[in-house]
Amino acid sequence: MNQRQALYEYLLRLGDNALILGQRLTEWIGHAPALEEELGSANVALDLIGQARGWLAYAGTVEGAGRDEDTLALQRDVLDFRNALLLEQPNGHYGDTIARQYLFDAFHYPLLEALRGCADQHIAAIAAKSYKEAGYHRRRSAEWMVRLGDGTAESHAKLQRSVDTLWPYTGELFTPDEVDRTLQSLGVAADLTAVYQTWDEDVARTLKTATLQRPQAGWMQSGGKQGRHSEQLGYILAQMQFLPRAYPDARW
Amino acid sequence: MPAGNDTQPTPKVTPAQVRAWLEAVPDPEIPVLSIAELGILRDVQCRADETVVVITPTYSGCPAMQAIEQAIAARLRRHGVAAFRIRTRLAPPWSSDWITAAGRRKLLEYGIAPPVRTAGCGPAGADNQPLVACPQCGSTQTVRVSEFGATACKALYRCEDCLEPFDYFKCI
Repeated sequence: MNQRQALYEYLLRLGDNALILGQRLTEWIGHAPALEEELGSANVALDLIGQARGWLAYAGTVEGAGRDEDTLALQRDVLDFRNALLLEQPNGHYGDTIARQYLFDAFHYPLLEALRGCADQHIAAIAAKSYKEAGYHRRRSAEWMVRLGDGTAESHAKLQRSVDTLWPYTGELFTPDEVDRTLQSLGVAADLTAVYQTWDEDVARTLKTATLQRPQAGWMQSGGKQGRHSEQLGYILAQMQFLPRAYPDARW
Repeated sequence: MPAGNDTQPTPKVTPAQVRAWLEAVPDPEIPVLSIAELGILRDVQCRADETVVVITPTYSGCPAMQAIEQAIAARLRRHGVAAFRIRTRLAPPWSSDWITAAGRRKLLEYGIAPPVRTAGCGPAGADNQPLVACPQCGSTQTVRVSEFGATACKALYRCEDCLEPFDYFKCI
């Protein structure tokens, strides 16, 4: 794998994580549990889709095949997506959505913090911008973890199940592969060991405050970063890509 | 149009002139503020062959950017500038500290609490909450209702003294 291929893959991972989670969050629009959460979900989705635009536009430039961010978002199929499996998991109940969001935010924030100092100026610029937004996302989802975890017996039990169910999807976020290693030696990719340390401390602190049990270390799911996805992603793409595929000439 | 005009250069303009024209372009979502007061108009360069206007988004997904570009383009054309480019620049990232003093005053008069300085609210996402004064009565006995409000750049607050809800322009 040469440097350009690795960079393209890396940018797809960053962009697809933001895009797929953003798309998932928009599914709440119209029926979130409270008006404030309606606004919150939509705003986080907006930030993430804006970030995805930055990453995917740059990915298109690096690829050099004339594909822009819209083409990459709306005309690739499941096997070409590089988001982590965590982000494509269904919304479930609101506790599931919050647990997924928090486990990602606690990773996204230190990841972007590290990428601000990236040797690639484009990545550093998008990361510095997104980092500020990710800080707000992390604070909001961490607050909800505490409110639901340390809430009623029912909300506590439900959130504990959400954390237990999603936990096996957190492993691949921190598992480096050839793409990470190639770029890390060039000062481009973030050091996932350092990001994990920050995530681990953050999660331990939040779970404790939320009176939740940390799941036992165990077998972890993997494959999303390399394009092997769960069945969930196909349904997301079917909805997200229907219009531009059915009406390719449609203009906003 | 008389023949020969096509070969005439675009009328000579200076960055100060262009800036003066563009400073009045309102933000589509908070129309009391201009794009200059909001700090998103970053640079104007007048080259021999074209005028370059550089803007930056407040938030990554700011849906107003396209409307702002169109408003800038319309204003340039109205002043006879045909050769121009509008560029988006991300670095350094926009900060609420870039809102001018006049902009902050206008926000307050409009009923939106202006952002606390970033130095006073710690890094983005820090757990400490800034002290936000109510734009209606000035009381600092306020509570945050929601981290996110009607637009990406605002949060929703309520005053415990006058009981009015209000928007707070987030510190970022």
